[in-house]
Amino acid sequence: MSKQIGDVILNVQNISLSFGGVKALSDISFDVREHEIRAIIGPNGAGKSSMLNCINGVYTPQQGSITFRGQTFSHMDSHQVAVMGVARTFQNLALFKGMSVLDNIMTGRNLRMKSNLLLQAIRFGPAQREEFEHRRKVEEIIDFLEIQAYRKTPVGQLPYGLQKRVDLGRALALEPQVLLLDEPMAGMNVEEKQDMCRFILDVNDEFGTTVVLIEHDMGVVMDISDRVVVLDYGKKIGDGTPDEVRNNPEVISAYLGTGH
Amino acid sequence: MFYRENGQFKTSYQADQQIFPIMQDRWFIAALLLLAFVGVPFIASDYMFSAILIPFVIMAMAALGVNILVGYCGQISLGSGAFMAVGAYGAYNFFARIPGMPLIPTLILGGLCATVFGILFGLPSLRVRGLYLAVATLAAQFFADWMFLRIKWFTLDTPSGSVSVSNLQVFGMPIESDLSKYLFCLSLLCVVALLAKNLVRGAIGREWMAIRDMDVAAAVIGIRPMYAKLSAFAVSSFIIGMAGALWAFIYLGSWEPSAFSVDQSFRLLFMVIIGGMGSIMGGFLGAAFIVVLPIFLNQFLPVFAAWFGFVISTTVVSHAELMIFGALIVWFLIVEPHGLARLWAIGKQKMRVWPFPY
Amino acid sequence: MGFFLETLLGGLMAGMLYSLVALGFVLIFKASGVFNFAQGAMVLFAALAMARFSEWLNASGLGNLWLVNLIAFAMAAGVMFCVAWVIERLVLRQLVNQEGTTLLMATLGITYFLEGLGQSLFGSDIYKIDIGMPKEPVMAFESTFPGGILINQEDLIAALIAACLVALLSLFFQKTSTGRALRAVADDHQAAQSIGIPLNRIWVIVWCVAGVVALVAGMIWGSKLGVQFSLATVALRALPVVILGGLTSVPGAIIGGLIIGVGEKLSEVYLGPYVGGGIEIWFAYVLALLFLLVRPQGLFGEKIIDRV
Repeated sequence: MSKQIGDVILNVQNISLSFGGVKALSDISFDVREHEIRAIIGPNGAGKSSMLNCINGVYTPQQGSITFRGQTFSHMDSHQVAVMGVARTFQNLALFKGMSVLDNIMTGRNLRMKSNLLLQAIRFGPAQREEFEHRRKVEEIIDFLEIQAYRKTPVGQLPYGLQKRVDLGRALALEPQVLLLDEPMAGMNVEEKQDMCRFILDVNDEFGTTVVLIEHDMGVVMDISDRVVVLDYGKKIGDGTPDEVRNNPEVISAYLGTGH
Repeated sequence: MFYRENGQFKTSYQADQQIFPIMQDRWFIAALLLLAFVGVPFIASDYMFSAILIPFVIMAMAALGVNILVGYCGQISLGSGAFMAVGAYGAYNFFARIPGMPLIPTLILGGLCATVFGILFGLPSLRVRGLYLAVATLAAQFFADWMFLRIKWFTLDTPSGSVSVSNLQVFGMPIESDLSKYLFCLSLLCVVALLAKNLVRGAIGREWMAIRDMDVAAAVIGIRPMYAKLSAFAVSSFIIGMAGALWAFIYLGSWEPSAFSVDQSFRLLFMVIIGGMGSIMGGFLGAAFIVVLPIFLNQFLPVFAAWFGFVISTTVVSHAELMIFGALIVWFLIVEPHGLARLWAIGKQKMRVWPFPY
Repeated sequence: MGFFLETLLGGLMAGMLYSLVALGFVLIFKASGVFNFAQGAMVLFAALAMARFSEWLNASGLGNLWLVNLIAFAMAAGVMFCVAWVIERLVLRQLVNQEGTTLLMATLGITYFLEGLGQSLFGSDIYKIDIGMPKEPVMAFESTFPGGILINQEDLIAALIAACLVALLSLFFQKTSTGRALRAVADDHQAAQSIGIPLNRIWVIVWCVAGVVALVAGMIWGSKLGVQFSLATVALRALPVVILGGLTSVPGAIIGGLIIGVGEKLSEVYLGPYVGGGIEIWFAYVLALLFLLVRPQGLFGEKIIDRV
């Protein structure tokens, strides 16, 4: 089954990022095409999460720019990025521990909720209708991720694999055009990984969401991604289809080893 | 067994998301409201009204406001006394300078004054948090202390520095007797509590809690930290300001700036800690606890000492109060940091599974 | 000009006293990450202890001023060690992994407790501490300025004592192995624990040192103002100092204290008359507030980076 991979939607140009004396990213450039699944791989500490953080506006790169749908920015503002339709999951979850699963995913809808404070205080009428409309949407996501039984549970009480699903659900609630996933399968067993892969592929298929994916599991990466970027010590050492990257000698020596 | 939710299915979002989805809760609240509005006026003595009930109702409102800021949005505030003061003096100025100003708009305007003050002194929360924010809010407290002491305009240039109000009435009915004061404050409390509960379970409440739990992640999903934090300060200080105006107008009658000192700020914070942060009911429980405790100690400690043959003076009682207060705070933080509200929830859980242990 | 210098010097002296209290804050925060709101209550408690002990010693016939003060100081220090040990055992140990705000509020509770306990044990009147400080001011620099500058000898000696204390503490931190251990704990509790540094013992030590600092501060303040309940509020005056200087910096506490002390005095004298006077109560706080907006970590503090 072939899908239509579109034009470049996200273009990262010459990004350099350092913290004090430590250079996290050196002159990174790559692009992401619409509807594709782009993987970013590399050893630990290569700067993959930092790269996503730059795209999201959590970190500000010292040099370089990011172009999204034709608009170029030297620094991304987190709120603006979310408005533009980029959503994100986190390596260490970053869920709102004090809230239930339902509420966590509902926060993803906040961007689209328009009622002001006064209307919300009264609630009866427009605010309530809006709340239910978005609840309906969130319930669809909950159905999709198969976490119905846990919707009222505080997320802090859920096992790790389910928390990862809630993280994904919260990102999906933004109805994003680009989904940045930071090691969505870390710490999962084979079954859970298969489930997660299925979700990612479904999202990419049904909604056409572009996916940028950081992942360590080579099997997953080679299987589901369309193109791969390889980072090592903050530098880009490979960029291309999974097969091209697999046969790249630099990548092999830095990361893959001789088994592949 | 008593609290079983089995069989209570919800078939619409409306039913699922109501404030009291469990039937037993609805009965309980109905009974409570009946008791509060109808029963209490018959049973309570004048002393109970003036010493316990009226302060409790007003403090519960203030604690509600503080809980929104500290419990739901996670912004530490040690300046609540200042917000009460601004609300009180703001309302006073409108009341005294504009002849014939009706009471409820006065209170609301007082609240709005506190809102402006709150937003202003809430600006530091955009840059700092935790302890540093606590210090910043203390700046608000001391600044307000000074403002109402030294700037004569606020107190209408009275020579003594203290101001008073009289002849309060609502819709033509005078608010003179303890009973009328109690019912008036109680009604306002119920309205404010309902509005607050709606906010807290709506979109803005989720934003506040998101900021509290992890503000970096909140920013990434599109929540504006600035709007969320300042709105928390605004709503919170409005409620606290109104409570301050009520405290001044209705409970005190005449007051000086020292009525809203830093001690009041600490008291409010303790109400929220002991009652339970991040819970509307927590404010009520905490206020009840803090209002009743000194009275209880005052009555009980001399009796307790008499059993052992001691006679203790009031100074000893007041020192003991401080010690017990402090010890209780520490004890609560160690044993149940989520306060009385969590204990209440645990109690309900026990009732749910009784006679089984878990 | 002479008057300006007088005010300046007065501010510097007052600032030195603030620095002493701020030092206690910084010490505890550096070593355990706990912000000890109870520092002021500790100052009061220590001062009360020393005042009453010296009173009892005097009443029991011991004549020599120096001896009385020395013994009273030692006894009060002993009391503070007990307090430190109890606080660590009963409170801190139970709250080890809690977040900063919980610990802050716990120290608020300790504040109330100490205030009540201090007054119950030692009484709530105003007491004197007489450590032989000369009370009459001297006129200095009479040749340079007409009439000379009024210098309060007591303040001068107090500043000297404070300076000595700071020097001692710096030496302690930099040169001794315990000091090194304290610095390690301040950096990272878990890492320090993993190399065998006994966390609980360290914390008791730190609170003891902070207790002694509180005692010195209480002694000096008490000698100047008399020991009374309002001494506890001195902690509230010292908070802006740590904000200004940075919570983790000993030199920051000193410099911050001097800045606040000078600022308060100067603003009261030169700005005060225009706005009704009495601005001392909020000047320090508003200064700290403005500073917070510009440089949240203070003059010498460390910047905090959030990693997601």
